Amino acid sequence: MTILVVVEHDRGSLAAATLEAMAAARRVAADLATDVSALTLGAAADAVASVLAEHGADTVHQVHHDLLADYGPEAWGEAVAQAVRALQPAAVVACGTDRGNEVMAQAAARLGAALVVNCNTIEVSAAGDATAQWTITRSRWGGSLLERCTLVAPVKLLTVTHHVFEASTSPGAGSVLPLPVELEAWLARTVVAERVERAAGVTLSTAPLVVGGGRGVGSAEGFASLEELAGVLGGVVGCSRAVTNNGWRNHTDQVGQTGTRIAPDLYMACGISGAIQHWVGAMASKQILAINTDPEANMVTKADYAVIGDLHAVVPAITNEIRRRRAQA
Amino acid sequence: MRVLVCVKRVPAPGAKINITADGQAVDTAYLAFTTSPHEECAVEEAVRLIEAHGGESTALTLGPGDAEEQLRYAASIGVDKCVLLPIDSDGSTGGDWDPQRTSDAITTAIQGIEAADGAFDLILFGNESADSGNFQVGIRVAHGLSRPMVNGIKGIELGNGGVRARRESETGVEVYVLPLPAVLGVKEGINLPRYPTLKGRLASKKVALHVVCPSGVVGGQQMITLVQTAEKASTTVVLGHGPDAAPAVVDLLEELGLLK
Ligand SMILES: Cc1cc2nc3c(=O)[nH]c(=O)nc-3n(C[C@H](O)[C@H](O)[C@H](O)COP(=O)(O)OP(=O)(O)OC[C@H]3O[C@@H](n4cnc5c(N)ncnc54)[C@H](O)[C@@H]3O)c2cc1C
Ligand SMILES: Nc1ncnc2c1ncn2[C@@H]1O[C@H](COP(=O)(O)O)[C@@H](O)[C@H]1O
Repeated sequence: MTILVVVEHDRGSLAAATLEAMAAARRVAADLATDVSALTLGAAADAVASVLAEHGADTVHQVHHDLLADYGPEAWGEAVAQAVRALQPAAVVACGTDRGNEVMAQAAARLGAALVVNCNTIEVSAAGDATAQWTITRSRWGGSLLERCTLVAPVKLLTVTHHVFEASTSPGAGSVLPLPVELEAWLARTVVAERVERAAGVTLSTAPLVVGGGRGVGSAEGFASLEELAGVLGGVVGCSRAVTNNGWRNHTDQVGQTGTRIAPDLYMACGISGAIQHWVGAMASKQILAINTDPEANMVTKADYAVIGDLHAVVPAITNEIRRRRAQA
Repeated sequence: MRVLVCVKRVPAPGAKINITADGQAVDTAYLAFTTSPHEECAVEEAVRLIEAHGGESTALTLGPGDAEEQLRYAASIGVDKCVLLPIDSDGSTGGDWDPQRTSDAITTAIQGIEAADGAFDLILFGNESADSGNFQVGIRVAHGLSRPMVNGIKGIELGNGGVRARRESETGVEVYVLPLPAVLGVKEGINLPRYPTLKGRLASKKVALHVVCPSGVVGGQQMITLVQTAEKASTTVVLGHGPDAAPAVVDLLEELGLLK
């Protein structure tokens, strides 16, 4: 009755999120006095076995199949379902990334089993498999609210919220075992058919500084001064949904529950009220500075720093002050 | 062609989400209701596909009777038909159904509609529901109907009897080519949804509402209670008022090492 971790990788390159799932699985395995094993799909992932062993895998089950050469939600989900039938684990854990949640949902549908996604805590009362009670806290509303729930199922299918469990090493035996699966050819219908790779560079989710604009910016043109400030600081511009809804900026710039999660050293939120759905996308920022005419705005009261005033006057003044000091230096 | 889009009625909270005293639901006493942005975009996409290729679009929801509001909204921007699966018609609270039960009921309803009116070429879902975020109802329904499904889609093109669907990944864009009939989960950003016109709103009142009594087997995930997230106490440092605050802001940038 092992705890099985579904390993996420892209054509052989391991998703770091998997190591968070390994950490969560080790904790559950300790409660149940059992071991942790890992499941890799596709021959390209064979090479990650040693990393999985370093993070606690006693066994690494390797599935090889032509249909698993690239990612495909149905082929991956079917392979996981067959592995679960073969190995009969007590629980299956993946990280709650886009792919992690998708593969686990495909597997759950095929197994006719419950799946609890984005778990933050997993408690198993009293081991002794049959009577054990599984109580889980999971993220709802993109992390703005939690839910406590029970999970009753012959095999517990779970994903853990990304960035909640911390990856850590803990040597496991790491024995490698091949695991045969049979995948029907039609599962190729959802395997990635083509790719367009993006040029590397600073993105909204990785930028050390984000200058965000909300409805208070007033227009697409109003973003020029935010662009300028971001430019002098080597940061990028983000925005609220009010802005994308008005067509002032592209959705790729949107911060929040249905946009991008940011985690910069500093987030300068200009003319943004701080609705909960925006806040969840910004709350991982190390420091937040709000610029707003309204001292009672949620963004202002939750921020670390604030400037009260019209962003159209404040933002250019900051840019000018930076230029002035640089000219002096 | 025939396109179905599944939407869910959810509260639209502002600065904070408050919970009822019994911990069983979001306190909606002072809240409006909406559909998730992902699903709003799915509705817009369904309408655009029918505008471009001809045919008929249908919106479906499982929820309290009041969820008719979200179906009327879909109709107001151009959806042709509405299907309501009311979960409170037996006098129950209308609280959330678990994801297995929800997908079971939606799958059964779709099979009924298809038996009467013909198959849907494309069924659209949101990437995840805004409130419960189970990331699975669309995938379970697709499996129940034995149809291909990819989630997280930000671009849809029809052609050659199939659908090309694009989604963003860590390293770029992935393209999937699915045969029809197919199921897709849509993410906000795929399009910019239109606002309903007055004419659209009036017309939506006349769209027939097809009510189907939902039935689904209860699943293994059962909510005990909702819990507020711990809020870090923040004491905001006000750096100043208006443009005069600029030197203090630049001091802060310097302190944080951001002024290289
Ligand atoms: C399910 C769901 C998901 C959502 N997902 C997201 C999401 O991912 N991202 C997101 O952002 N929103 C999201 N929203 C929308 C969210 O609820 C808010 O509607 C939105 O964030 C508001 O944007 P805003 O702060 O720019 O506008 P407003 O709330 O209108 O705030 C404007 C602010 O600007 C200030 N202001 C005005 N003029 C000036 C000026 N001249 N100078 C300085 N300040 C000024 C005002 O005081 C006010 O605080 C979602 C909503 C739902 C229901
Ligand atoms: N009660 C419901 N009625 C109609 N569609 C739903 C319902 N619940 C979920 N969905 C659809 O399934 C998607 C995924 O939901 P979830 O699995 O809850 O994240 C949503 O974006 C909706 O399109």
